[in-house]
Amino acid sequence: MPERAAISVRRIGHVTVEGVLRLGYAARFIALTLLHSGTSFRRLRLVIRELYFTGVLSLIIIVVSGLFVGMVLGFQGFQTLQTYGSESALGVLVALSLVRELGPVVSALLFASRAGSAMTAEIGLMKATEQLSAMEMMAVDPIARVVAPRFWAGVISMPLLAAMFSAMGVFGGYLVGVVLIGVDEGSFWSQMQNAVDFREDIVNGVIKSFVFGIAVTSIALFEGYDAPPTAEGVSGATTRTVVTSSLAILGLDFILTSFMFRGA
Amino acid sequence: MLDLWVGLFVCAGIGALLVLALKVGNMSGFSAADTYQLYANFDNIGGLKPRAPVKSAGVVVGRVAEITFNNDRFTARVALRIEKNFKFPTDTTASILTSGLLGEQYVGLEGGGDDKTLAPGDTLKLTQSAVVLEKLISQFLYSKAAEGDSKK
Repeated sequence: MPERAAISVRRIGHVTVEGVLRLGYAARFIALTLLHSGTSFRRLRLVIRELYFTGVLSLIIIVVSGLFVGMVLGFQGFQTLQTYGSESALGVLVALSLVRELGPVVSALLFASRAGSAMTAEIGLMKATEQLSAMEMMAVDPIARVVAPRFWAGVISMPLLAAMFSAMGVFGGYLVGVVLIGVDEGSFWSQMQNAVDFREDIVNGVIKSFVFGIAVTSIALFEGYDAPPTAEGVSGATTRTVVTSSLAILGLDFILTSFMFRGA
Repeated sequence: MLDLWVGLFVCAGIGALLVLALKVGNMSGFSAADTYQLYANFDNIGGLKPRAPVKSAGVVVGRVAEITFNNDRFTARVALRIEKNFKFPTDTTASILTSGLLGEQYVGLEGGGDDKTLAPGDTLKLTQSAVVLEKLISQFLYSKAAEGDSKK
């Protein structure tokens, strides 16, 4: 019995040490990526190629879900606001919730599952088929050639996607609120413009999505680079990317929100 | 071909940001350059918050810049940032009002008849505090009770 207890204690220690080791490896990996980013700006074509795969191909899911989230917000917000007789504040509700929270967070979650998982699978498979080792043999640094362009493509496209999500959401809210239900159009827009501040709301939303972009792409790239070079390893790494980056987005969102919107 | 799509994507993203800034947000807000500050002391500011509008005759003429506590006189000192092209006479009254029944609170300015106008950094002398509902109710109850006493 004491032996079994010793084993479980040892396992806790093992898992902890392993986790800290992996975190350190990840930090070193990200630092290396940043150090080797020079090449991606000298050869912009690499970044543009990745921007196409991470940004342009994620566009449809972002635009469609933004539209629908906005339309649902329009319905639900109208239902609730109607009980207080303040339907004209629908624009404020839709715009603030999208620009501050839903835009950055939901588009980052979609981005993690649409583009992040693809990144992990691609790099994991490159590693499994020893393409990365082949590059090293040819004196091409795989971090500079493969990882860094993907990192910058993700960081650039995330804020743009979040902005499109929010804009489409506001349009969806307008469609349902003004066109379908018949809230007064003037008060919809003017109350929204009175309540939404450029610096406090929109810039903070962009900062949020920028941070999420860094987090999601770093996690996706590291999981791919660190994946065991087997079919099972790559699939496990892809799953871990989606789970870890979703949790990271929600955790970071809580921290950023508590700094940005305390009271006032 | 790839470049075209990426270019369109970046343009659409920046366009969405512009739409957010111009149509959804209030980009044409007051910047620090074309405003001046006035101060007002209130006994009670109620639920007034920084960035609340300052209105005169219902028109927004500025924003609340800062709210501090004056420890010598136990009053609230509210800094108002007023747009430069609006001038107010020295006997202007500042009062804290509420828009609608449950709406946000704002500062209302009511111009007087003085010829001289307030200079940047001046303090408004005439102020009216926010209405505190509890005080209003207790006043009403006391006056009712007093009425009842006098009738007996």
